[in-house]
Amino acid sequence: MAGQLEKVTLGKSITNGLRKAMEADPKVVLIGEDIGKLGGVFRITEGLQKDFGEDRVIDSPLAESGIVGTAVGMALRGYRPVCEIQFDGFVYPAFDQIVSQVAKMHARALGAVKIPMVIRIPFGGGIGSPEHHSESPEAYFAHTAGLRVVACSNPEDAHWMIQQAVACDDPVIFFEPKRRYHDRAEYDTTATTAPRGLFEANVLREGTDVTLLGYGPVVKTMLESAAAAEAEGTSIEVIDLRSLSPLPIDTIVTSVRKTGRLVVVQEASSFLGMASEISAQVTEQCFYELEAPVVRVAGANIPYPPSRMEEEFLPDLDRILDGVDRALAY
Amino acid sequence: MSDKVVAELQEPTPAVGDGGPDMIQLLTPEGQRVSHPDYDKYVADLTPEDLRSFYRDLVLIRRLDAEGYALQRQGELGLWPSLLGQEAAQVGSGRALRPHDFVFPTYREHGVGFVRGMDPQSSLQLFRGVSQGGWDPQENNFHLYTIVIGAQALHATGYAMGVRMDGNVGTGDPDRDTAVICYFGDGASSQGDVNEAFVYAASFDAPVVFFCQNNQWAISEPVEKQTRIPLFQRARGFGFPGVRVDGNDILATYAVTQHCLDEARNGNGPLLIEAYTYRMGAHTTADDPTKYRVSAEVEEWKFRDPILRLKTLLAHEGMADEAFFARVDEEADQFAAELREGCVTMETMAGETMWDHVYAEDHPVMEAERAAYLAYKASFEEAN
Repeated sequence: MAGQLEKVTLGKSITNGLRKAMEADPKVVLIGEDIGKLGGVFRITEGLQKDFGEDRVIDSPLAESGIVGTAVGMALRGYRPVCEIQFDGFVYPAFDQIVSQVAKMHARALGAVKIPMVIRIPFGGGIGSPEHHSESPEAYFAHTAGLRVVACSNPEDAHWMIQQAVACDDPVIFFEPKRRYHDRAEYDTTATTAPRGLFEANVLREGTDVTLLGYGPVVKTMLESAAAAEAEGTSIEVIDLRSLSPLPIDTIVTSVRKTGRLVVVQEASSFLGMASEISAQVTEQCFYELEAPVVRVAGANIPYPPSRMEEEFLPDLDRILDGVDRALAY
Repeated sequence: MSDKVVAELQEPTPAVGDGGPDMIQLLTPEGQRVSHPDYDKYVADLTPEDLRSFYRDLVLIRRLDAEGYALQRQGELGLWPSLLGQEAAQVGSGRALRPHDFVFPTYREHGVGFVRGMDPQSSLQLFRGVSQGGWDPQENNFHLYTIVIGAQALHATGYAMGVRMDGNVGTGDPDRDTAVICYFGDGASSQGDVNEAFVYAASFDAPVVFFCQNNQWAISEPVEKQTRIPLFQRARGFGFPGVRVDGNDILATYAVTQHCLDEARNGNGPLLIEAYTYRMGAHTTADDPTKYRVSAEVEEWKFRDPILRLKTLLAHEGMADEAFFARVDEEADQFAAELREGCVTMETMAGETMWDHVYAEDHPVMEAERAAYLAYKASFEEAN
């Protein structure tokens, strides 16, 4: 059956996904700052309060621990809350609730209660904002057992992944690449099944020389890098990680066994980040197939810089290709 | 600030140990029943049988507490947070609840759990180290203990928001209207989560009763370190009623909690109760209160003992005789023996179960780590 192809932004794709999730299950409620009449500072929940009412799209007081902590209570009452944290750097007041309460509740009750909660966090830099608006805090959450962590990179994934996250019985930290909210892509918006599972990586481009792996906002940059490298005769395989925890390590290992080289890209500081863990696991599993050490192209180990300097901080096409060259130099 | 507010702020703080003129009391430390125009009605229907069962609960949970302490000293528990002195606050409030109300406890509410019908072994397993919780909160509408101070105040508020969203507030149907009660202490009143919970509960008219047991001490810090004004007065700043009750008076605690739960069920929540009481023992078995408080203070509070005053009332009013008190003591002995037996025979779960409930859905890391653990264990058996 021919579907209906539509060109939709990444932001609107999340809106539409949330709408579908709310239509599918009356227990799905949204809670966050300014998400009602305003539709959130990024307009991701635009129109939802008008259609679903103030009980299901809840404008919260300005207290992030309160957003997540009350959502825990709602989950215990049988709801499926979707929390919106306005910006990455504002999630820390809710850190105890996420790490000590949300993540551990199911285990502490020996499975007697579930916390089917989604915590949406717009993350990453590149939008010229003041401090605390451009961070990449994913490793804190990926480090915590009991949480699942995902990041979308394109409109179709955003549309599906948010619905899959809401349907998941475990708490999911859902990272949204804020500088890609306005990117558009065409996909079948009437499809009824997701193209892939929430916790699977996606090989976006096949190649033979180097595997380039990343998630969220850098995926687009990786694809551009691969296209540029092709012009110079280098064949790059590009993988969108999508799931940070659990890590879809098999897809990565399969690719690295083929190419022998891995470059991992992240905006977050390199020290103890996702790329470090991936590097360790790939080394454990692909020791004999690796032609070069795993290369990390990441943010510097400094607080996120003032926005006029952020281009120097963020991995861009040139820095990614430099990382590819370093991997190929062995 | 208005002159009135300034004048109130300048009112002298009640002397240490004195709940002040605002404290609701129905039973004096001497065991005298005193009248209160607003709260008498909540205890008017209590029969002698009810009062005797209150007494039994108080004695049994004091015994549970003593046994917990002894088990820790004998190495059977890793830690024990004592509730000694707070029995009336816990039994009085716990007995005011209806079965479909929901409780969010701290880690010291062994007495509330007991009157909710919890197996007393439940809390022992946490402190014995065989589980990090281990019970189904829905079984007795009694949530897991929360150890991070005040974090449960937000859970209670969110749960109460859910109750309101379900339409189970203010219907007039006693089987449907539901209240949530959240326990915390004077120390927790300084936590951000408790203050955020007050804001959220007020903004969403949540049917939650915040029940603060002010036991005067947050480990070594006196309540004066947490607040300049009596804690129940904090509620007014958040826009809802607060009341101070004599937490060592089971009748007053029962009456005030009944009133506040009714208000919450009728849609007039949230409310704050400050149960003015005293932590007679150490914070936990790891604490040494002789380092920071004088024994004269503890001696003074012994005169306000919650059990003794009810016993005096029962005896003076002819509602119980020596034979009854002896029977309760006997039951407590039996109860303690069962607790002890249950505790020391409690089994530790097998190592491979550690991965079982981290996630609700299948998780590849859990499966891989469990398999690796079992293979590692098996390698020793093969070696032998």
